[in-house]
Formats: sequence, C-alpha cells, structure tokens
Amino acid sequence: MKPIYFDNHATTQLDPRVLQAMLPYFTEHFGNAASRNHAYGWEAEEAVEKARRQIASLIGANAKEIVFTSGATESNNLAIKGIAEMYAEKGNHIITAATEHKAVLDTCKHLEKKGCRVTYLPVMGDGRIDLDMLRAAITDQTILISIMYANNEIGVVQPIAEIGKIAKERGVLFHTDAVQAVGKIPVNVIADNVDLMSITAHKMYGPKGVGALYVRRKSPRVQLTAQMDGGGHERGMRAGTLNVPGIVGLGEACAVAQAEMPEESQRLRAMRDRLRARFESALDEVFINGSMEHRLPHNLNMSFAYVEGESLLMGIDDIAVSSGSACTSATLEPSYVLKALGLGDDMAHTSIRFGLGRFNTEAEIDYVADKLIAVVTKLRELSPLYEMVKEGIDLSKVQWTAH
Amino acid sequence: MAYSNKVLDHYNHPRNVGSLDKSDEHVGTGMVGAPECGDVMKLQIKVNPETGIIDDAKFKTFGCGSAIASSSLATEWLKGKTVDEALAIKNTDIVNELALPPVKIHCSVLAEDAIKAAINDYKVKQGAEPLVQAH
Repeated sequence: MKPIYFDNHATTQLDPRVLQAMLPYFTEHFGNAASRNHAYGWEAEEAVEKARRQIASLIGANAKEIVFTSGATESNNLAIKGIAEMYAEKGNHIITAATEHKAVLDTCKHLEKKGCRVTYLPVMGDGRIDLDMLRAAITDQTILISIMYANNEIGVVQPIAEIGKIAKERGVLFHTDAVQAVGKIPVNVIADNVDLMSITAHKMYGPKGVGALYVRRKSPRVQLTAQMDGGGHERGMRAGTLNVPGIVGLGEACAVAQAEMPEESQRLRAMRDRLRARFESALDEVFINGSMEHRLPHNLNMSFAYVEGESLLMGIDDIAVSSGSACTSATLEPSYVLKALGLGDDMAHTSIRFGLGRFNTEAEIDYVADKLIAVVTKLRELSPLYEMVKEGIDLSKVQWTAH
Repeated sequence: MAYSNKVLDHYNHPRNVGSLDKSDEHVGTGMVGAPECGDVMKLQIKVNPETGIIDDAKFKTFGCGSAIASSSLATEWLKGKTVDEALAIKNTDIVNELALPPVKIHCSVLAEDAIKAAINDYKVKQGAEPLVQAH
C-alpha cells in the first residue's frame, strides 16, 4: 500500500481533470505558440491565452500581466533579480523576511554579492512580520519588498494587503511568493496592491515544471530585466518556447481551484481542525507552531515535545509528512523557519508538518491521528526527556553534554 | 533514507527499555547528548557485587531511529560483560553491527560515550578513580 499523502506543501497530485485538459497538447496540438503563420501555432497560442485568462481570473489580474516560467523558483529569481537590475539606478535595497523560501533567500544572497543591500526582517512568535519594522526598514534606496503570501512550513499567512498598502504609499515595488496560497485562499493583486506574484502549478494539483509571474502593467507599470536571452517571448521578460501542455495544465488547475475553493477550503479546515483536536485530546505537551488565526486552512505544524522528528517519521512510514528535525534535512540543521519563530532547536527537532489536500479523506485523518498518537506514546516511553519532565525536572536547568 | 533491517528491528522492538534506581550503589548511570542537538541517551548498568558482571542494563533515548538502535544494541552487549570488557566496546563495533551510514556515525559515538559515562558513574560510586573521558 502506498503511504497516505499528507505532504501537500511539498507537491500535490495532478488532478485527473487537469491531465485530461493537457493531453491533447502533447500529441495532436503540438504546435509552437510562437508560430504565427499556421494553424498549429494558432491552436497552441489560443490554448496559452485561455490559460492566461484562467490564471488572471483566479488572482484578479489582467491576462496580459501573466508571464509563464518553469516554476516558482524561476519566478522568484526573475522577479527579484529582474527588478534589482531594472531599477538599479533608483536604488539597491531589498526588504525580505527570515522565513522566506530558499528561492527568495538565496536569490537575495546572490544580489548581496553583486552590491545590493538586503534587510531580512525577523518574524514575531506567530510567524508574521511586524509592520512597524517593515515601515522602519524602508529607505530612499529601497526598490523592492519581497514577502511570501503564506509559509510553506507553518502555513502562516502574512498581512499581504497591509504590506501592499505600505509599499504603495512609499513608492516601493511589492513582490510576493504566493505558491502556497494561490488556489487555496482568495488572492487578489488589486485589493492587495501586489506588483509581482510568483505562482507554480504543482502546488495546486497541476503539473511540475510550469509556473507564472504576475507582473503589474498599470499603476505602476512594472518593468524587469529578463534573466534569459532568446526569442523575446512573454513581452521580452522570459525567452524560451512556451511549455504549452504545462501551461494548459496550470490554467486548468487555476480554473478548478477557483470553482471549488469556497467549499474545498471549508472541508480542509474542518479536517485539519479535527486532526489537531485529536492530538490535543490524546497527548500532553503538544504545541502548534505559528499563528492558528492567520493560517492556510490545510496546514498543521505541531511539535510533539520530547519525541525526535525522524524517529517519529520512522514509526509512521505509511504516512507521508515532513519534519523540521535536523536529521531529516539535507543540511542536518533544524528548520530555520521554526527557529525564526523563536523556537528552541529542541522544539524544532520534534516538529511535524501536515499538509492536507484535495484527495485526502476524513477516514485518513482518523487513521493518521490514531497512528501518530500511538507512536508518540510509544516513543515517549523511550524518551529520557519525557521521563525527566514527568519527574518534575526543569530541562532548561540540566547541564547537558553538548557534542 | 533507507534503514538497515537491524536498525528497524531495534526501533520496532527496542531491548531493555526502562530505568534502574540511580541511587543504588551498584547502578551506574550515563546521560549524554543534549535536546537542542536532537539526541539524548540515558544508559544504566547494574553490576553484580559478587561477580563484577553487568547483570542488567537499561536505556531511554530521545533521538532518531539510529540513536535508539545504537543504545538498544549497547544494552544487549553490556549484559553479561565485566566492567572492563564493557569498556572495550567501540562505536565502530556498533556502526558495523547496525550498518549505519556515515551521517549516523555520531549516534554510535554517543552510545559509546553513554557506556563510558555509565561505567564512570559506577566507578565513582565504588570509590574508584574516574575514567579519563576521550570526548
């Protein structure tokens, strides 16, 4: 049996409806959307323009403001590097946050080496940035604010409309990496005063390898320097033959998400809340990481104190989730997102991220709850820390032998 | 990551989980690691005063599956050994037995440290010279 999939912040299963929409564009409609003088090209272009409208409709944009990319990493690179280059004469300061995805943080680090100045705003205990700190960080050199819509680990939704308002008032462009939010919660680039927005298909039941960057065309008209040279596709912002089947998939994924969002987000929220309630009623010493109020409906990130994350994952090998534990990361460092919330490494080591999705069922919630509760209980019997806490020992006062 | 069958076996059926009375003069307790490092091992031995042989060994471990397996295996090996024989257990023996990958070698080091710490505690209780710790 394949494991139950509760890792929908990493990627999502392709929706069969999306696949059906894509299939003809691999075979009979194989044209190049840039071929202007025959029917193969026109068909492909028509499909791409339909997808553009579907995406624009979901985020409150105009179809002309959608630039197709290979995914959100490219969108983030294009937005941040493209703005830094285009507006280099205006200034060289960028503001972002400590909990951003690596595609934003590493892009900013790259620009620092090229002479940009970057402010990495800390987050508060609930995972949101402090708007006063944002205001204070803006200087006359600031050209861009890049703050994610919702976090991929803790699902915390940033005050995007407020950030957009501040950016607009101060004449600074605002980019948001919205991959976790688009298609899941209402997102509107007009209401939120967003100038650039990164989107990817595979986080919303579309295919991997295709994404988009929303680039505002009016008030203000945002320009950016292309990061790839070539045929001048996508209004000169992103060269390269368009991935027509992928783009059709992204468009269809947006259309399905838009049609189903009101009901689906309620369903996911109810399941998520049920999972949380099951844990909290059966186990002591469990903690929610990040704001519950400002959070994606399908995310739960909890620390199961005194039980190390990798050993917990080992006990639930028929459930696919991820952990903030160092042992599960490539770098052997505990989650920098959880540390940014002010959590000690000990709590980061015990955290599990649950990402629910369209194909999960209520029966799976109960199975996962039962299994987790049993494994946590078993591992706590093995945990010297849990034993010490039960004996009334304050772990923070113990002289540990660091190694 | 794929775990070896031996690691899985110790994880699924840990041997000698529990605690001994740490105030007992024949019990040595070793606690190594730190919560912020992601692993803490508590390992205890009980030495038979007549024979000098380790009669019982118990452990509790907060850590990954390989850390749990390393300490579980250590308790198995400790039982029936004299204190001096127990001191000869090396982390590399644990690595080989459990087929630990390079990133998990520190788990075996921690288990060796826990053995030494438990023996040290026992020796101090018996009025002997403490061990010189390698780490």
